[in-house]
Amino acid sequence: MSQAAEATTSSVRSGSRDLRLSKLTKEFATFTAVKSLDLVVPQGQFFALLGPSGCGKTTTLRMVAGLDTPTSGTIHLGDTEVTYEKPYKRPVNTVFQSYALFPHLSIADNVAFGLKRRGVKDVKQQVADMLDLVELTSQAHKKPNQLSGGQQQRVALARALINKPEVLLLDEPLGALDLKLRRGMQLELKRIQTEVGLTFVHVTHDQEEAMTMADTVAVMNQGVIEQMGAPSELYENPRTTFVANFLGQSNLIAGQIEGRDGDRVTVRVQGSLASVRGERAHSDSGEGWLGIRPEKVLIAETGQPIDAPGDVITGGYITDVSFVGVSTQYRVMMPWGQELMVFEQNTGARPMLPVGTKVDVSWRPEFAFLLDASQDAKAGIEED
Amino acid sequence: MNSLVRARRWVGQHLILGLGLLVLAYTFVPIAIVVLMSFNDSSESRNVYKFQEFTLDHWLHPGSWASGMSESVWLSIQIALLATLVATILGTLAAFALVRHRFAGRSAANLIIFLPMASPEIVMGSSLLALFVSSGFGGQLGFWTILIAHIMFCLSFVIVTVKARLSGLDDNLEQAAMDLYATEAQTFWRVTLPLVLPGIVGAALLSFSLSFDDFIITNLNAGQSVTFPMFVWGANQRGVPMEVNVIGTAMFLISIAIVLAAEVARRRQSKALAA
Ligand SMILES: Nc1ncnc2c1ncn2[C@@H]1O[C@H](COP(=O)(O)OP(=O)(O)OP(=O)(O)O)[C@@H](O)[C@H]1O
Ligand SMILES: [Mg+2]
Repeated sequence: MSQAAEATTSSVRSGSRDLRLSKLTKEFATFTAVKSLDLVVPQGQFFALLGPSGCGKTTTLRMVAGLDTPTSGTIHLGDTEVTYEKPYKRPVNTVFQSYALFPHLSIADNVAFGLKRRGVKDVKQQVADMLDLVELTSQAHKKPNQLSGGQQQRVALARALINKPEVLLLDEPLGALDLKLRRGMQLELKRIQTEVGLTFVHVTHDQEEAMTMADTVAVMNQGVIEQMGAPSELYENPRTTFVANFLGQSNLIAGQIEGRDGDRVTVRVQGSLASVRGERAHSDSGEGWLGIRPEKVLIAETGQPIDAPGDVITGGYITDVSFVGVSTQYRVMMPWGQELMVFEQNTGARPMLPVGTKVDVSWRPEFAFLLDASQDAKAGIEED
Repeated sequence: MNSLVRARRWVGQHLILGLGLLVLAYTFVPIAIVVLMSFNDSSESRNVYKFQEFTLDHWLHPGSWASGMSESVWLSIQIALLATLVATILGTLAAFALVRHRFAGRSAANLIIFLPMASPEIVMGSSLLALFVSSGFGGQLGFWTILIAHIMFCLSFVIVTVKARLSGLDDNLEQAAMDLYATEAQTFWRVTLPLVLPGIVGAALLSFSLSFDDFIITNLNAGQSVTFPMFVWGANQRGVPMEVNVIGTAMFLISIAIVLAAEVARRRQSKALAA
C-alpha cells in the first residue's frame, strides 16, 4: 500500500461517512478513463472536481452512483463498501449532465419520484417546498419538454436534492444557466449544503465556480487527480504545470536548480539567482520551471523604483496591452525571448504603459513556486 | 408585370395547400365510394357497380345476401386478435433482447427479422404451405395454420417497430430511475414500459390490420376455412356484394374511433395535469 493510501485510511474518523475511493480504475474497451484514483471526500464537504472535457469526471461520478462498475479498486461510504452495490441501494443521488428527466411524468412527479420509490407517504408538501426552492412552483404540472434548458436543469437538481442523500453528485448542474441564475443557484446550493450538511461532489468546467463554492477542489487530468486541496492552496502553490496553467494563468520560466538550503531552494534563472520557499519547491535538483502568477509580477518603466525585495529583472519591453476594467494585462518580452504576462490593478497610481515601453519586472520571492522541468510548460493551457 | 408577380406569389402561397388537398382527395375518394356503396340498393342489376337506389338494408342485415360472410368476418377478427396478441408479446420481448443484450448471433438475428417483410408474400405463403404439408399437417390446414402464418409475419413488424422506439430511448432515464431508488422491476414498469408503450400499441394496431386483410399467405394455408379477404375475393368473381362495403365502412369507422379516443384521452390527461 502506498504511503498516501495508508495516510487516507488512518485519517478516517470513526463513525463518519466520508466518501473514499481507492485505486479506482475504469477501463473501456480501448481506453482507460480513470486511472487508479485515490480520493477522500470528508462528510459534509463541498467538494469540486475540476478538469478539462474528457478527463473522466463523469465516469468517476457514475462509478460512485453505481451506474458503471469499476474495473478495479473500491468505493467506501464510511465503513461500508459500496463498490458493487446496486444504484438504488446507495444513499447517493445524481444530477445528470444531460438532466435525464422522465419525459412522461409532470415536473411534480419527476421531483416526487425518489421519495415515492422509498415509500414515503404524503410527499406533496415536500415536493411543493422543493419546487419553491428552485422557483418552479408555477411549472409543477408541465412536462419536461415544455420547459427551457435552465428550468430543466433546476428540475434535475430538485429531483435529486429532495431525497437528502448522504452524497449528492452534481455533474455540471449549472451549465445551462445564464450568469445571473447561475450565481443565484450557486449561493442556493452552497446554502443548502451547509444547512443540511450533505456531502456534495460537484463536477464543473468552471474554475471560478469551483473555487468560490468548494471547500476542497481536486484538479483532474486524463484520468488522474493532479492535485487537490483548498482553493487558495491550489492556486498559490500548484504542484504541476497542468494545475498552474489550468487554474488561472502562470508564467513558467526555465531555470537550473542549484540546491536546497534549509527552507529555501535556489534557482538560477537567466543569469540571476532566485530563491523559492521550501514548501513551494516541488523539485530539488536539475532543471526546473520557476512559476509566478501574472498578478504577482510588478512592473515599472526602466529605472523607476519597484516595491519588491527580490531581484529586479531589466531589459524587457511591452509587446501588448489590454485593458480589462479592473486591471490592465501586459505582455512583456524578456531579454531571453520569452513573453511574460503581467496583470496590474488599475489603481490609478500611474497611467497605462504603452506598447514598446522598456520596463523592469520583479516579484516577491515568497510568491514564486518551483516545478519539475520534465513536464510540459503548456500543459493545461485552455485553447480558445 | 405587377399582376404577374402577384399571381406568382399567390401560387407560391397556395401551392402546398393545393397539393395537400389533392393528396387528401386521392386518399379519401375510394373510401367515400365504399361508404356510399354501403347504402346502394343493387337488387336491380348485380353486375353493375353503380349507385342505383338508397337503402339501409345492407346495414340492417349485413349477412343476408351472401351466406358465409358473417362467419368469414368473425373468423378474420378472431385470427387477427389472437395473432396480434401473440405477435405483440413475443415481438416486444424479442425487441428488448435484441436492443438490450449482447449475444452471439445478434447482428444476424437483426437481419433475419427483415426477411419476412422483404420476401414476396407468395414465396412466404407457398414455403409455409410446403412446411405444413411436409411436416404432416397437410390435412389440418385451417384456423391454426392461418394463425401461425399470421403470427410469423406480424412478428417482424412488431419487432422492428418496438426496436425503433427502444433504441431511441435515452439510457440515462433508466439509470436515473435506479439512482432514484427504483429497483429493476420498478424501473421497468414506471419508466421503460410507459416510454415504449406508444411503440407497442402502434405495433399491435399494425399487426391487427396486417392480419385482418392478408390474402395471399392466408389463401395458401387456409384449407377449407374462409377469411373475410378470401370471401370478398370469391364474391368478386360473381360481382361485388354491397354488404362488403358495410364491413369496409364499419372497419373504417372503428379505426377512426380508436384514433379519436386516444387523442381525447391524451387531451383530457394534459388538461387534468394543467388544472
Ligand atoms: N462507454 C464508453 N466507452 C468508451 N469510452 C468512454 C465511454 N464513456 C466515456 N468514455 C471515454 O472516457 C473519457 C472520460 O469520459 P467522461 O464522460 O468521464 O469525461 P468528462 O470528464 O465527464 O468530460 P466532460 O467534461 O466533457 O463531460 C472520455 O475520453 C470518453 O471518450
Ligand atoms: Mg461529463
